[in-house]
Amino acid sequence: MSPVIWIVLGLVAIALLSLVWLYNRLVRLRTRAEDGWATIDVQLRRRYDLIPNVVETVQGYASHERELFERVTEARTRAIAAGDVQDQVGAENAVTEGLGRLMAIVEAYPDLKADQHFLALQEELVGTESKIAYARQFYNDQVRRLNTAIDTFPSNLVADAFGFEERAFFDIDDPVSEPVHVDLGRDQ
Amino acid sequence: MHEQIAANKRTSVLLVVGAFVFFGLVGMALGYVFGTGVTGLVVALVVATVLSVSSYLYGDRLVLASSRAREVTAQDEPRLHNLVEGLAIAAGIPKPRIYVVPEQAPNAFATGRDPEHASIAVTQGLLATMNRVELEGVIGHELAHVLDRDMLLGTIVATLVGAVVLMSEFLMRSWLWGGIGGRRGNDSNGGPATLILFGIGFALMVIAPIAGEIIKRAVSRNREFLADAQGAMLTRYPPGLAAALRKIAASPTAMHSANNATAHLWLSQPSRIEGEKLGPLEKIFATHPPIAERIKRLEEM
Repeated sequence: MSPVIWIVLGLVAIALLSLVWLYNRLVRLRTRAEDGWATIDVQLRRRYDLIPNVVETVQGYASHERELFERVTEARTRAIAAGDVQDQVGAENAVTEGLGRLMAIVEAYPDLKADQHFLALQEELVGTESKIAYARQFYNDQVRRLNTAIDTFPSNLVADAFGFEERAFFDIDDPVSEPVHVDLGRDQ
Repeated sequence: MHEQIAANKRTSVLLVVGAFVFFGLVGMALGYVFGTGVTGLVVALVVATVLSVSSYLYGDRLVLASSRAREVTAQDEPRLHNLVEGLAIAAGIPKPRIYVVPEQAPNAFATGRDPEHASIAVTQGLLATMNRVELEGVIGHELAHVLDRDMLLGTIVATLVGAVVLMSEFLMRSWLWGGIGGRRGNDSNGGPATLILFGIGFALMVIAPIAGEIIKRAVSRNREFLADAQGAMLTRYPPGLAAALRKIAASPTAMHSANNATAHLWLSQPSRIEGEKLGPLEKIFATHPPIAERIKRLEEM
């Protein structure tokens, strides 16, 4: 056989190998992003489980904050029912905001702040909130890598051919740029 | 980061090979002294194999046991567990096992061969003196070591160097007591055998500090800077670790369970002298960059 055939065969082999490599890389990135989303989900669920406990405990000391309790409970129900990423993000923002207020009114109740059961719940809640934040950070990192791979050459060709789709980031309202109005319950 | 992981694996292999050569030489020398020929070499190589395999598989447990660390549950230490779990999520690795060391000096270390078999140990002093943000900074630094496989190398160094140091002490003492076992009577005037034993022991005395030097080079200071930076990338808050390091620098308490074989594993250079930060010998073996420099770099991030 002439050397030209060998060169062509070599090039085809290289092209096939890079195709396999690029495809596997995309699959890996997609799996990582899915894992990231699953982790967020686990932590969100833990927060859903905590909310009724927290509300009940705070209620024992501050029964007249009923409106706030209802809002947190309602936001929780809505978040559990949320469908896609966008829905979920909106509902979670409401939950986070409600819980923020709930924790803020605690400041006005020294008895509550001294309650061992409440302190344990508060540690769980703070811990879960930070785990949600970290899970979100990990998920967004993975999504960024996946989306970059889908957008950039040459992996974009493989992504188009096999229908890899970009994923949405899990963005929340930045609490720093949007300060929450804290009602300390003084106007009772 | 991937280059760092590759470099760590390479250095680990090199160290294990070095340990084999070292034990082989000692075995050959012993075989020559006692006239048993290759038996000494075979025994030494078996010892080296057992040591290397066990330092890979059980090095973490050895290090944890030697620092008297005790595993804690989420019920014992909810705050610590929550922080470690959160940062493990951020790093995308399984949650490491968590240990507490009964020491009043604030410090911490990570061990285990890979992220799937990682352990993090903190001292009681660290839990008592750090607030949530500072503790988070410290855990972030330790998880960075886990991510970089720094602790695989660190743990292998700890067990192998520990073995070399032990062996040199053993040989020196056996010379001081006049040879090993029943040789005392024959060679009481210092026959060639005891002389060679002394030679080996003496050589090991020289090698032990060199081994310390190897630790220093292998576990280079850049590694600590890198872990500081990566830890800050995980927590997204460099001032947390900076504040923790400042508290550690200000703490006058000495560490009792740290030694030259494990010093490099800790978050900050452990000192065994009360009041004084580092003894002159510990300065020579300094495995960590000065805390002030680390704080400065964190503040510049």
